[in-house]
Amino acid sequence: MSSAATAPAVLDREFLDIRARVLELAAALDRLDRADGSVGGDARMAAIAQAIDIVRDSKADRAERVQLIFSRPYEKGWRQKLGVVPR
Amino acid sequence: MYYIDPHIHMVSRVTDDYETLAKMGCVAVSEPAFWAGFDRGSVDGFRDYFRQLTEFEPKRAGWYRVQHYTWLCINAKEAENVSLSREVIAMIPEFLDRPGVLGIGEIGLNKNTRNEAIIFLEHLDLAAKTNEQILIHTPHLEDKHQGTRMILDMLCDDARLERGRVLVDHVEEHTIRPVLEAGFWAGMTLYPTTKCNPHRAVDMIEMYGPERLLVNSAGDWGPSKPTAVPDFIMAMRLRGHPESLIRKVVYENPVEFFSQSRGFHFTPPELAEPEEIGGRQ
Repeated sequence: MSSAATAPAVLDREFLDIRARVLELAAALDRLDRADGSVGGDARMAAIAQAIDIVRDSKADRAERVQLIFSRPYEKGWRQKLGVVPR
Repeated sequence: MYYIDPHIHMVSRVTDDYETLAKMGCVAVSEPAFWAGFDRGSVDGFRDYFRQLTEFEPKRAGWYRVQHYTWLCINAKEAENVSLSREVIAMIPEFLDRPGVLGIGEIGLNKNTRNEAIIFLEHLDLAAKTNEQILIHTPHLEDKHQGTRMILDMLCDDARLERGRVLVDHVEEHTIRPVLEAGFWAGMTLYPTTKCNPHRAVDMIEMYGPERLLVNSAGDWGPSKPTAVPDFIMAMRLRGHPESLIRKVVYENPVEFFSQSRGFHFTPPELAEPEEIGGRQ
């Protein structure tokens, strides 16, 4: 199943929303710049930068990939690490 | 349009919210057991809570002709207390045959700890032994991906479980695919800042189709919106999706999933006499 609308129709409908969200992001980053101190070494800032790169690329599944940037990694061997025995 | 909210914590809402839900077309709610805002100190605290879920909430819902169903467990936050959790799990069967009880839930993980995993497995064991359906909470934010994968590992390890009778809730873009691919039902929780929102939920319907997908409001202690499902309905309409597809997601899917539970005695609103709905409770 896909979207019920054409791409131009989606852009017409969502342009102002997208514009507002990009502005919100830009303003938040400006706010960080104006504040005292520095967060340049904060891992969260690196994650935000990575997420913005994903938003700007042209590959599919941007939302899924952004989610993974902000996620702890899954390790297959978690049961052994935690000592949890399957029933 | 009639709809069902399959995951809403009405104990944290005022009675006026039931009235609002009813006015918006909500004909039934399903309320999983969850955290009370504080850690309870004894098994009797949970016994009282289960009485509230099976006695008073159905009555309160019935005042507005909303049918009320519920799920029982000790939630993942309180599962850190293993001895108390085991007492609660041993007590749950006292309530499983009460009217409106759909199964075990919302069990799951919160911070993906060892104790949470142990108690999750013990809840699964109870559900398997009592043939109950299961409703699962997945963690939030940075813990969601890891925790959802751990939950899927534990579910898939247990051959006794019928995957079509298990709902994995709070899925988002990075967790929906493995849940559906493994054969489980998936719930999307519409929430203002964390979890999902109505437009992203519509995106996921467009990407994955409507099968085995539910949408809910959570309606809990946080800044949640109990009428989030009608927001989803509106978002679907604004994107040009047909009423039949919307109805499938917000009404037919919950009925299909819940119908696998022996505690689900649902009266479709078009067939209901006022006293039938009010009277059940």
